[in-house]
Amino acid sequence: MESAIALNRFGLGARPDDAQPAQPRAWLKDQLRRFEPRPATLADIPTRAEIASVYADHIEELRVRNTLKLQSRSMDASGMAPKPGEQKPPPQYALQAARRQHVAEIGARMGTALVSQAPFAERLVHFWANHFAISADRLTAIGLSGMLEFEAIRPNLLGSFGDMLLAVERHPAMLIYLDQAQSIGAMSTLGSRAAARGGRKLGLNENLAREILELHTLGVRTGYRQQDVTELARALTGWTVAGLTRGPGPREADLIGEPGAFVFADRLHEPGPRTILGRQYPQEGEAQARAVLQDLAVHPATALHVATKLARHFVADDPPASLVDRLAAAFTASRGDLPTLYAALIDAPESWAPDAGKFKTPWDWGVSALRATGATTADGRMVVAMMQQLGQPVWQPGSPAGWEDVAASWMGPDALLRCVEAAQRLVQRVGDADPRSLAARILPGTLSPSTAQVIAQADSPAQGLALLLVSPEFLRR
Amino acid sequence: MIDRRALIGSAMFGAGVLAFAPAISFAAAPTDRRFVFIIQRGAADGLAMVAPIGDPAFAGARGALAEVDSGARLDATFSLHPALAETARLYAAGEALFGHALASSYRDRSHFDGQNILETGGRDAYVEKTGWMNRLAAMLPGGEGNALAIARAVPMALRGPVEVASYAPSALPGASEDLLMRVGALYEGDARLHALWQSAMQTRLLASDLSREKGRAGQMTGALAARLMAPADGARLVMIETGGWDTHSGQKGRLAQQLGGLDAMIAALKAGLGQAWTNTMILVATEFGRTVAVNGTGGTDHGTGAAAMLLGGAVRGGRVLADWPGLRAGALYEGRDLRPTLQLESFVAGALASHYGLDSARMTGSLYPTIAGLKPTDGLARA
Repeated sequence: MESAIALNRFGLGARPDDAQPAQPRAWLKDQLRRFEPRPATLADIPTRAEIASVYADHIEELRVRNTLKLQSRSMDASGMAPKPGEQKPPPQYALQAARRQHVAEIGARMGTALVSQAPFAERLVHFWANHFAISADRLTAIGLSGMLEFEAIRPNLLGSFGDMLLAVERHPAMLIYLDQAQSIGAMSTLGSRAAARGGRKLGLNENLAREILELHTLGVRTGYRQQDVTELARALTGWTVAGLTRGPGPREADLIGEPGAFVFADRLHEPGPRTILGRQYPQEGEAQARAVLQDLAVHPATALHVATKLARHFVADDPPASLVDRLAAAFTASRGDLPTLYAALIDAPESWAPDAGKFKTPWDWGVSALRATGATTADGRMVVAMMQQLGQPVWQPGSPAGWEDVAASWMGPDALLRCVEAAQRLVQRVGDADPRSLAARILPGTLSPSTAQVIAQADSPAQGLALLLVSPEFLRR
Repeated sequence: MIDRRALIGSAMFGAGVLAFAPAISFAAAPTDRRFVFIIQRGAADGLAMVAPIGDPAFAGARGALAEVDSGARLDATFSLHPALAETARLYAAGEALFGHALASSYRDRSHFDGQNILETGGRDAYVEKTGWMNRLAAMLPGGEGNALAIARAVPMALRGPVEVASYAPSALPGASEDLLMRVGALYEGDARLHALWQSAMQTRLLASDLSREKGRAGQMTGALAARLMAPADGARLVMIETGGWDTHSGQKGRLAQQLGGLDAMIAALKAGLGQAWTNTMILVATEFGRTVAVNGTGGTDHGTGAAAMLLGGAVRGGRVLADWPGLRAGALYEGRDLRPTLQLESFVAGALASHYGLDSARMTGSLYPTIAGLKPTDGLARA
C-alpha cells in the first residue's frame, strides 16, 4: 500500500517497467538527490535568446507600425493617401514563432515527466510553477511561460524558498507578465524629468508588488495593507528587462544588456528608504527590494501559506491542520530550506493516510496516463491539445493565482466525460499489452476487484487500458 | 448504412456484453400488434407542434413563434407544424391523432424528475423502480412482449423484470458508446464518480440532436427500428429516444429541424414496417410542455401542458383530442403555462387497452398503480 502511495500520491504514477519501491520513504528522499535541474529531455528547448529575439522583433514591428500609423494619419490630414508599401503587416510572424516555442516547451516538459527517475521532484517543479503562475494569454507571456519554470524554478528546487523567490521575481517572464518592467518611480530620474516636462505621466505599477504579497509569499488577508503594496512597488522600481520592454520609460533608461536579461535601471528607481510591514529598508538601488524579498521569504505568514498549499497539493483538498502545522514548523525552523520542507512532507503520518483523498489534476492525470501506457516521449502538439481538452492548458491558468488546487475546480460531469474521451484517444496509439496484468502493475495494492473485473471484460486490450486509465483508483491518488 | 452493431442485454452490468448478434431473434408472435414509444427528452413544445391557431390569444402570446400557418390545418382550432409533412398525410388518412393540453401527474419543471415520472408511471419521481413499458411487456402474451430499446442503455420506461434488448445504432455519435457504458459500470460503487457520470450522461442525452444531418439520423433510426420490428419474430415493443427538444433559445429554426427529423423517423417506420403498419401504434410523448410566452432569446422555457401523438394504422386518427382550456391570461396554469386538462396517463393507458383489446381498468392498474382516479380514454385504437 505504501509503495502505491509513493508512486501515485507523491509521484507521477507508475510506468509498466517500474519496480515497486521497496522502501517508499527512502525512495522519495533519494529522488531529491537524483533530481536533474537540466536533464537531457530539456536540451532542445528554445533558448532565452531565441525567445527574446521573437519578442524584440515583435516590439520593433509594433513600433514601426505605430510610427507608420502616425505618418499615414498626418498624410490623410494633408489629403495624401498612404503609400502601398506602408500598409501595416499583420503581427502574425511573432505570434506563430512564440506559439511554436510554447509547444516545444510543453512537449519537453511532458517528456521530462514521462521518463524522470525523480517523479516526486518533478511534481514539486509543477507545484511551484503553479504557485508562481504566469499565464500564456498574451504574446509577451507565451514563449516565456516555460522559461520561468526551466530557469527560475528547476535550478532552485532544492535550495531555499528565498532563493527561488528571488529568481522568480527577477525572471523576465515574471517582470513582463506582471508589468514590473514598465514601473517607474515618480521621484526617479526619469519620473521627475517627465513630470517637469509636463508630458505623459510615467509612474508606478503595483501589479507585481501586490501579487508577491498576496500570492507568492504572505497570502491574501494576512495583515499587509495598501501602503505596504505601494512601498514594495516603489522598492521594486528599476527591476526591469533589457530589450523586451515597451513604453517610454525603459526606452529612455538606456538599458544595457542582452535582450531578455534582468537589468536594474537606476534611472527608474524611486530613491529613499521604504517601510514595509513596519520594517525600515534604507538600502539603495537593487539591494532594497532584494532585502524585502529576503524578509518576506521567511515570514511566518509565508510559512503557513506555503505549508497549506503544499499539503493541499499532495494530501487533501482540505488538508488536516496537524499536517499544515508540521510543514509550517519545518519551514520556519529551517528558514525556508526546501529539502527540509519536502522531508517533513514525506515523514508526516498524514501523508500516508490509506484513503486516496485527491483527484489527480488534469496535468497529473495526463502524465500518469501516458506513463501507464509506457510512452517515453510526447509530441508537444498532442500534449497541448490534450490539456486543452481536459480544461487546464499548460502554463495558462488565466491568472497569476494559478490553477486552484481543489477537485471541485476541475472535476465536473463534463470534465469526467472529456477525460474518458481523452483516454480513448490515447489508447488508440498503444499496442496490445494485456490490460489485466498492466492494471496490477500500475495500481499495485489499490486495484479493486470490481475494477479488475470490468477491465477483464473489455472487448479489446485497448478498451481495457482506457478503462484502467479512467478507473476510480487511477483518477485518485 | 449501419457500420457497427452492438446488441446489449439489459443484464449487461452483471454479465458483461452479449456477443455480436447479426439479427435479433424472438419467438414467433401470435399476433401482429406492435407498439413504439418515441420519447422526446427535453420538453417538446406542444404549442408549436400542434398549434392552436384558432385560439384568439395564440398569435398575441406567441409573437414570432406563432407564424406557422403554412402547416396542415387539422380542424377549426389546430394546425400542424409545417415540418411534420408526413405526419400530416397520416392525419389525412385517419392514422394520426393528437392529444393536447395533456400532462402527467408531475407539476414541477425538472427534466430529470419529469422524465422519470413519464417513464416509470409513478406518482412521484424516483419512487417507482420499474418502467411502465416493462410492466406492459409482462401483461402481453408471448411474442407481443418482446421488447427492444433503440438506445445505448435500456431506458427507464423499459427497465424491470422482463428481459429487454437494447440496440445502439452507431450512426448516432461516436464509436465509444460501448466504452461509456462500461465506464458507468466502473463507477457503480463510487458515489462521487457515479453521480458525476450520471449527470454527464444525462446532459449528453439531452444534447443529442435529432436534427443532425438534416434529419438523416431520425430517418436512419426509424428505418433501423422498422427492420427489427418487421419480421414475424421481430421486436413488438420498441422504445426510441430522441433529444434536443429543450429549445430555450432560437426555437423557430431548431424546432423545425427537430420536427423534420421526427417526421423522417415516422415516415421511415411506416415505410419499413410495410404490411405491419396496419397493426402498429406509435406514441410520441414528452415530459412536460413549454411556456406559452416567448422568452427573451427567441425560445420558450419549461412549462406544463404538452401535446402527444398517436400514429399508425391501428390508430383511430384524423382528430385532435383536447378539452381546450384556452390561452387567455386568466386561463393559464400558474399564469404562464398551458393548463393541462387531459391526464397523460389516462391517454396512454386508454390507447394501449384498446390497442391490445385488454380491460382498460386492468391496464391502468398495471401501468400506473400508484396514480388514483385515472379515467382511461376510450376509442383511441381501431378495435
